[in-house]
Amino acid sequence: MKKKMTKGAAMITSALQKEGVEIIFGYPGGAVLPLYDQLYDTPLRHLLVRHEQAAVHAADGYARVTGRPGVVFATSGPGATNLVTGIATAYMDSVPLVLITGQVPGAFIGTDAFQEADITGITLPVTKHNYLVKSAEQLPGILSEAFYLASTGRRGPVLIDVPKDVFDQEALFDYKIECEIPGYKPTYSGHAGQISRAVKAIRAAKKPVIFGGGGLIRSEASAALEKLVERAQIPVILTLMGLGAYPGDSALFLGMPGMHGSITANYALSEADLIIATGVRFDDRVTGKLDSFANHAKIIHIDIDPAEIGKNVQIDVPIVGDVKIVLEAILNKLQPGETSAWLKQIENWQKQHPMPGGLKSSGGALKPQQVIREISRLCGDNAIVATDVGQHQMWTAQHFIIREPRTFLSSGGLGTMGYGFPASIGAKLAAPDKKVICITGDGSFQMNIQELATAVNNRLDITIAIINNGYLGMVRQWQDIFYDRRYAYTRLEGNPDFIKVAEAYGATGMRACDEQEAAAAIELAMREKGPVVLDFVVEPEENVYPMVAPNRPINDIIIGGERS
Amino acid sequence: MKHVLAVLVEDKPGVLTRVAGLFSRRGFNIDNIAVGETVSPGISRMTITVEGSETIIEQVVKQLHKLVNVIRVSNLSEEPSVMRELMLIKVNAEAGSRSDIQQIVETFRGKVVDVSPDSMIIEVTGNEEKMEAIKLLLNDFGIKEIVRTGKVALLRGSMVTRDS
Repeated sequence: MKKKMTKGAAMITSALQKEGVEIIFGYPGGAVLPLYDQLYDTPLRHLLVRHEQAAVHAADGYARVTGRPGVVFATSGPGATNLVTGIATAYMDSVPLVLITGQVPGAFIGTDAFQEADITGITLPVTKHNYLVKSAEQLPGILSEAFYLASTGRRGPVLIDVPKDVFDQEALFDYKIECEIPGYKPTYSGHAGQISRAVKAIRAAKKPVIFGGGGLIRSEASAALEKLVERAQIPVILTLMGLGAYPGDSALFLGMPGMHGSITANYALSEADLIIATGVRFDDRVTGKLDSFANHAKIIHIDIDPAEIGKNVQIDVPIVGDVKIVLEAILNKLQPGETSAWLKQIENWQKQHPMPGGLKSSGGALKPQQVIREISRLCGDNAIVATDVGQHQMWTAQHFIIREPRTFLSSGGLGTMGYGFPASIGAKLAAPDKKVICITGDGSFQMNIQELATAVNNRLDITIAIINNGYLGMVRQWQDIFYDRRYAYTRLEGNPDFIKVAEAYGATGMRACDEQEAAAAIELAMREKGPVVLDFVVEPEENVYPMVAPNRPINDIIIGGERS
Repeated sequence: MKHVLAVLVEDKPGVLTRVAGLFSRRGFNIDNIAVGETVSPGISRMTITVEGSETIIEQVVKQLHKLVNVIRVSNLSEEPSVMRELMLIKVNAEAGSRSDIQQIVETFRGKVVDVSPDSMIIEVTGNEEKMEAIKLLLNDFGIKEIVRTGKVALLRGSMVTRDS
């Protein structure tokens, strides 16, 4: 009997369905036409963005909310190169993505053909892995590997570049979800001996802290973490990527560490005798000057990526494994130590050093921190917040109460302006029942403002809160502090009227210049259908504090211009 | 200190670029690299000489392991092993100096593989010190050109660097 042959394009759409994909974020073009033609006949949903970069960020937002890989289609050449910033963003934050790009036909590769770009070469350093498909026979294996790689071990983006003629080639399609890759065997269970050493260290510690990051969220470790905190009475510090892994309003939550972290978190890390680092990578924004980071502490480091252990900081108890599995193993043997004196000291720090900012300004101008706190209050529990990058991002991390994992989306590692709004589109599609808010800046929003068309066209209920200070605020703050107030090109002259822009796209817009208007605007946004753009005109030269200057010890803190 | 790493990789397109790219973007220095087939079909072996402290080498090994096409990495400098390199040297050799050169080559158990009226090509294999020593001696005659394969190495005894 003759076996059934399948076209390359059909292999891709069937594989996506077998992998449980619901939606594709993309933008068509010449080299990817056969795939789009095939897609037209399937029940798969396609979200048409207005710039390929936004497709990746939207898929990334979708992936961070659902935990499943986000899928992107784009064409060859400029379509593919426009993906790069989004891919690098996802790579730095370990977000699972599968990206499928069209390529010029095989015979033209290497000839500088129209819309040809070596996208596997270009994305080599920013993908977990990538493939250039040579023939349709390779497709089933490659697709299955791509989904497996993206969504296991340390998550990450995987790109598949498919020459146009391969979409039309026919071959046998035998798709297996499970696959075997000889060079890829992630370790999930921690080493039993190291786990025993961790248990002993926890029992002996007088001043322990848990220092958690994005790994807690990626491995769904929140329940295990909460049990550990409750039983051992150990306070929790979460990095920007970890926010939401533990309830932000809990008494044992000390906030974010590092450059714009809470004073208590930085003091606690500096004074601790044991740091239980879970799914973090000791980024420079967190550790400050490495030589003086956590000098009194023994460090347990749990991470799924062995290369992160010992990369920046020397580790006493290294545990390679899935954070959740390892935490559960520790819980099984846990013998709590005595931490009450430590908790008392922490409580004192918290009382002495509340998060600054957001008090009424004398001139009556809106304080950005206050706007963010008000949005947080009115959103309640059922919200997902996405941010862009800059001052508003840090204020959101400081003042927005994030209670649940997968409800805070931000570009941590790469710090990509333009991430927030498209990510909020992906988030809304992933969780239609949640209130989705994008907190952005007047600079960041303009980096992907064109996606208003996507949001309006798909009737997505998203609130876009622009913290508008007329500056690239964070850069201006550094110029203020480190460059003698020489504001070189950070004043955003010629900003558009964001309300008129919103209206031109068919969205609702409202401006707020004082507290009353702000309250009214936020209330409107909670009720209104479709995308709502709120333009909060805030104090132009407000700085983010506390602040630790780069490469300073994290207990050397500037509080509103003064050092502590 | 110099370390010699045996890296077993899947013989897939772009694997050399992936390895080389990793070294350059993370700021590790490759001293030399030699690539060839192994007894297992579809698997190649790279021998990479890299200079760095223990911490750097640990990162190099871990980062190499993260590449999906890399199956195994072992540091041969940590075990007793045999290391060899092959070098071809083209040296000035007028009729009058040929026998002197011949003597040096014999001492180093090298071979003369080509002779022309005014030059010779010498093939020599060995470890780093031997290469340097013969180079030094032939320098007096005028070395015109040198090519080296890069180091290859195997563990001593019956132990092997496994590909599974």
